[in-house]
Amino acid sequence: MGKVEKELRVSKIKTGTVIDHITPGKALAVLRILNITGRTGAIISVLMNVPSKRHGKKDVIKVENRKLTEEEVNKIALAAPNATINIIKNFKVTKKRSVELPEFIEGIIKCSNPGCITNTSEPAVPRFRVVSKTPVNLRCVYCERITGEKELLAQF
Amino acid sequence: MRLKGRDIISLEDLSNEEISFIFNTAAEFEPIAQGKKKSDVLAGKVMAALFFEPSTRTRLSFESAMQRLGGSVIGFAEPATSSIAKGETLADTIKTVEKYSDVIVIRHPKMGAARLAAEVAEIPVINAGDGAGHHPTQTLLDLYTVRKTMGKFENLNIGLIGDLKYGRTVHSLAYAASRFNNKLFLISPPGLEMPREILGDLSAQGKEISETSDLHEVLSQLDVLYVTRIQKERFSDPAEYAKVKSTYKIERKTLEAAKPTLCVLHPLPRVGEISSNVDSSPYAKYFDQVFYGVVIRATILSLLLG
Repeated sequence: MGKVEKELRVSKIKTGTVIDHITPGKALAVLRILNITGRTGAIISVLMNVPSKRHGKKDVIKVENRKLTEEEVNKIALAAPNATINIIKNFKVTKKRSVELPEFIEGIIKCSNPGCITNTSEPAVPRFRVVSKTPVNLRCVYCERITGEKELLAQF
Repeated sequence: MRLKGRDIISLEDLSNEEISFIFNTAAEFEPIAQGKKKSDVLAGKVMAALFFEPSTRTRLSFESAMQRLGGSVIGFAEPATSSIAKGETLADTIKTVEKYSDVIVIRHPKMGAARLAAEVAEIPVINAGDGAGHHPTQTLLDLYTVRKTMGKFENLNIGLIGDLKYGRTVHSLAYAASRFNNKLFLISPPGLEMPREILGDLSAQGKEISETSDLHEVLSQLDVLYVTRIQKERFSDPAEYAKVKSTYKIERKTLEAAKPTLCVLHPLPRVGEISSNVDSSPYAKYFDQVFYGVVIRATILSLLLG
């Protein structure tokens, strides 16, 4: 067992969710997507750029005492398509799965078209239909323009 | 088939069958649009025409259509005279106006504005142009004019000429014409070609498209030639604009090699793209197109309000 893994196991949690294999450098984006601000008092561990066997490097987030809904989890795919979700109960992984983009994305990102009605003071929440998952292409429900992966990641 | 209560925001909201249904219904509205037959099918109904951007043809043809059907019209032709000038949101304006009317017709500079209006309003909303987005009744009247002139609106060779990059009407028409198995011939000056994303969409659907910068290469094959305005502000070099403008001007003699049945259309206003000497030729159908605008809008208003 390597030194790094030992260090990670120090913060093993009793109950909650571990989001593993996040694209390196995207942990903060994932926190933003999940609207985790740290203000609720819950314990959140964020590991960035730790060595990963599968991807070389990865970010990891551990959220204690909170079970993420499927809808929340799937939005993570916007910033971290390879992420895996581990549900922890009594220090054990009870459920493990990968993330998958939902059909619609609402309210997380802005439309990349400056001429779109959602980029005004109107009460219109940006909403997108996912037209392709790799690469991520989102079509705005309002202006119908495509927001691509590059424009998307620039927002995180 | 019923369209009562529906919104018309993009042509994608209508199936091919619904488009054909609108066209089949339109015939009975022709004498009404001409003023030859009186109608009161929309008596007591109020149309709100909210024009946040200037328009002559679209606004007046909607108003004419509503009044020919016995209905009445409220609204504004520029936002300066409304609460928008005081900073009211579009959403609030729509929630207010729907209390005064039965149908809302909206033109707005922002893309997606009509979709937002439709979400907010309980009553039907018709998009009369949302920035660089959609203008579905224009596309319907374009296709209807083709059908009236050619007897059909499928399996034709349709040429689109001019500014294909920024022109909203040609984008919608390209998608719509392709849905009915027409072959597209795109003719534009370098730099004003049809956006790649639209070409990508159409070729992904297996549609047949030909692109050229020279009308003469394809003219003899065309059944329809749809002409659009080339705007001066798209060019950084005034000399380049002058050159392109003269190259793409349609004169009577330009059309000598055309099929005798060629149908020339233009969404208007024109600023010299088609010489007035074409007006008296059998090819010129752009003023018929203006009339069919009233017919199509009357048909849609009547179907939405049932």
